[in-house]
Amino acid sequence: VGHTEIFPLVFTTKTQEIFDCRVLEDVTEENCFKLIKKQDIIQDLKTRAAISDFHPVKKVVLEYPGEELLVVFDAKFQYGQNFYLVASEEAKENLLKPPETTEEKEEEKEEENGEATLEVHPYKPPVHKPWVSLGSEKEVEEESVKATVAKIKYMISRIRRKFGAPITFTDKNASHVKDSYVECTSYQDKAFSIRMLEKNVGIQMVPKVREASTQTKWTYPKNAATQYFPRQLSNEEKEESLSSEKLKEFFTSVHLRMEIALQQNEIMNAFFDDWKALAEDESTSGGKPDVYLKAYQSFTDLLYLKDRTISCVCWHPTIYGIIAVSAGDQFYYEEQVNLSEKSLLQQSVILFWSFFDPIHPQLMLECPEDIYCFQFSPSDPNIIAGGCINGQVVLWDISQHEEKLQNAKTDDDAMKMTAVNTVNASVLNVLQYNRMPGPSLMQVQDSSTEPPLVRYCAVSSIQYSHKTPVTDIYWLPDYSEDNQRGATFENRAGVRVQLVTCSPDSSILFWDIPATKVLEQPSSEKMREEEIFDMPLDVPDTLNHLDLCWKPLIKINLCESDTNTEYSPVRISLRELHYHYKTSEKVQSLNTLEVPAKESPYTEMSTPSSKNLKALQNISTSFFVGTEVSENNRLPKKMLIQDIQKTEPLNNRKYAQKYTTHTEIINTLQRSPFFKDIVLSIGGRNFAIWKEGVTTGPILQSSCSAGRYTAGQWSLTRPGVFFIGRDDGNIDIWDLLKKTYEPSHFQNISESRITFISPCTASRMLTHLAVSDDLGVLHVLEICQTLSEALRNEHANILDYFEREVKYLKYCEKEFQEYQ
Amino acid sequence: AEVEETLKRIQAHKGVIATMVINAEGIPVRTTLDNSTTVQYAGLLHQLTVKARSTVRDIDPQNDLTFLRIRSKKHEIMIAPDKEYLLIVIQNPCE
Repeated sequence: VGHTEIFPLVFTTKTQEIFDCRVLEDVTEENCFKLIKKQDIIQDLKTRAAISDFHPVKKVVLEYPGEELLVVFDAKFQYGQNFYLVASEEAKENLLKPPETTEEKEEEKEEENGEATLEVHPYKPPVHKPWVSLGSEKEVEEESVKATVAKIKYMISRIRRKFGAPITFTDKNASHVKDSYVECTSYQDKAFSIRMLEKNVGIQMVPKVREASTQTKWTYPKNAATQYFPRQLSNEEKEESLSSEKLKEFFTSVHLRMEIALQQNEIMNAFFDDWKALAEDESTSGGKPDVYLKAYQSFTDLLYLKDRTISCVCWHPTIYGIIAVSAGDQFYYEEQVNLSEKSLLQQSVILFWSFFDPIHPQLMLECPEDIYCFQFSPSDPNIIAGGCINGQVVLWDISQHEEKLQNAKTDDDAMKMTAVNTVNASVLNVLQYNRMPGPSLMQVQDSSTEPPLVRYCAVSSIQYSHKTPVTDIYWLPDYSEDNQRGATFENRAGVRVQLVTCSPDSSILFWDIPATKVLEQPSSEKMREEEIFDMPLDVPDTLNHLDLCWKPLIKINLCESDTNTEYSPVRISLRELHYHYKTSEKVQSLNTLEVPAKESPYTEMSTPSSKNLKALQNISTSFFVGTEVSENNRLPKKMLIQDIQKTEPLNNRKYAQKYTTHTEIINTLQRSPFFKDIVLSIGGRNFAIWKEGVTTGPILQSSCSAGRYTAGQWSLTRPGVFFIGRDDGNIDIWDLLKKTYEPSHFQNISESRITFISPCTASRMLTHLAVSDDLGVLHVLEICQTLSEALRNEHANILDYFEREVKYLKYCEKEFQEYQ
Repeated sequence: AEVEETLKRIQAHKGVIATMVINAEGIPVRTTLDNSTTVQYAGLLHQLTVKARSTVRDIDPQNDLTFLRIRSKKHEIMIAPDKEYLLIVIQNPCE
């Protein structure tokens, strides 16, 4: 336990009895010291030997110098046992004495041994004490090193003269001298051999990495220079090079080759594929189809077209599937139209049908009177011009409904609602336009199925219009414009602005839609509004200014002063009638100038100054007119065709030619869409094909047929095919390549008279044919493939045919003259 | 004057649509078409001629291009190259 003087002891009760240190009787915690004689302990040791409690400390006891040994009762088991023996006098004294003097401190520091208590005492400098040997000098002695043997001295010397004598060294090879060296060679010790059976060798797999680098020149394309404009030579440079010698030499060397090549091309076409050409003529495989004109759809309206006939049919030029019909009265051509006989109950309309909705018309255009003929304006398909039965010309603007027409679908909910029927009262009120401001068409009301009604936005003035029904109306081609003197000018704007109408009152009128730049804008408009009428809100005021004051530009009177015959034109066919319907693509016209903003072309267009316009010299302004002739104001119904030169001043019209071929009124006069100088005229019981410039007569004239021909049209896809409608509801299909004396096919479409045939001009639907009949039903037919696809050489063949006929005619005439 | 005559004669051939004379750099010197079309034709055909000539000469260095004809569906373009100039004629063949 660290204290060399303290020996813990266990005292059994027997021992305690012997020595009178019974716990809690003789020895208590406070009185824990017991002095025991040494002799007693030794005695005990002898008697009890091994079982004596003092046995472990026997040695200590025997060596103890003093007489009495201190045994201390260790109540707290400080040293591990209940008693401990103090083995030295000093410690005995310390333990005994200090408790007497300092009792308080002893309790606290009882664990400390006697040495600790010494420190508490006031410091006494250490007293020099004699050294007490504890046996360590023996160890020191053992360890120390002493000389045990006396040292022996030797002295060795050499004679002085042997020192420093010169000496020479030589080399000697050690191997020459025997035994000069001893080597220990290695040998294979037979006693010792280990055969290696397996050896574990560690291998490390390391990817061989090698760094290498190269330097290349990375070339990437980079614009060294950019050219934005093509290089061009200035005029002087061009002149210079043109006159240079080098150019002359060049031409002399080159022109021969070029001419040879050109001639080769003229002689024959080296690439002509005979095999392919052979096949195409036979491409009409499968024999004859059963039905040449398949019925596609038919439209009729019970409300507006009851007991009415359709007088004119027109396809919408741009929107697919929209077709417009105008309703008219059922009357025969022979009867003169009397305004008063007209049924006043029914409103005159133009109905728009859509393919997607065969029951409900999409749009209705209100007309002041029955419309006999109408046309969409080719430059802006939202403008429609129509000719009325009373001789007026009416204009509509349907741009508000354009979107609706484009999205025409079959659901009724999509249809917008109509306004109140404001027209009923004013059908007769041709002169007074009491317009009641109706609710706006743009308001969407709930679903009735009335199509929206569009009012006309301009009507020509009564005095200046025709006196008899307007029988034909056309928009003039967009690149020519007439001014009042009758000369034709370029139309800069590319917007169709001119109409031509004809009517049996022997006049042909040219109408102009002028620009709307009124000088005093605000005040005059207001005035006009107040004094005349207020337009209903929904009618677009594109052509407001024209309303009721629209006058024709030019009037041509077809009277021949000498014979006093008046010619009543019924149909016109103009030569340069190229209808470019403007869709979103740019129209390639001869004058490629910018087109004004399309919103309302008529309002924003400015009048071109006539100075800058070129007078077009080479546009032919002659046209064909099919008329009804009255001599001396009678009406004997002689039908003529006239060729009128319009460039002559108004008074001296020269009528180039007149022909009498038809027995009855001409109902169709149409140029072939493929040949600009071939005209088809249909009237009465026969038809004729004319070529412009051939004055002797028609190229082809059909024989009289059993029924009357009432309508007709060239086919738009095949040059030699045309359709003729009859009064028994049949359509005759004539194919000039097959038979020229009778129709190649006929088909019955309806029970009543066919009133109008119109092929669709929209490119998507070239195979559709619209046929209208006297019952107010519009049939849309699909032309079968054989009739709609042109044969390979058909154009050339038909051209050949016409030329042959012309030659034949000339020959006949020559013969006739010779005969005479 | 001779140059004019030759050009007129070539233009008068049946079916000729246009005639052009291009210098060695591809800049039109004389043309019967409008400017933008001419410039387009000149640039493209000049490059084509250079390419054709280099092809012919690559195959046989003694050879040289004498005439180039491009037949398309609609018409035929004929190019007669020379040292400094190029004569281009566009013709509509017989049909």
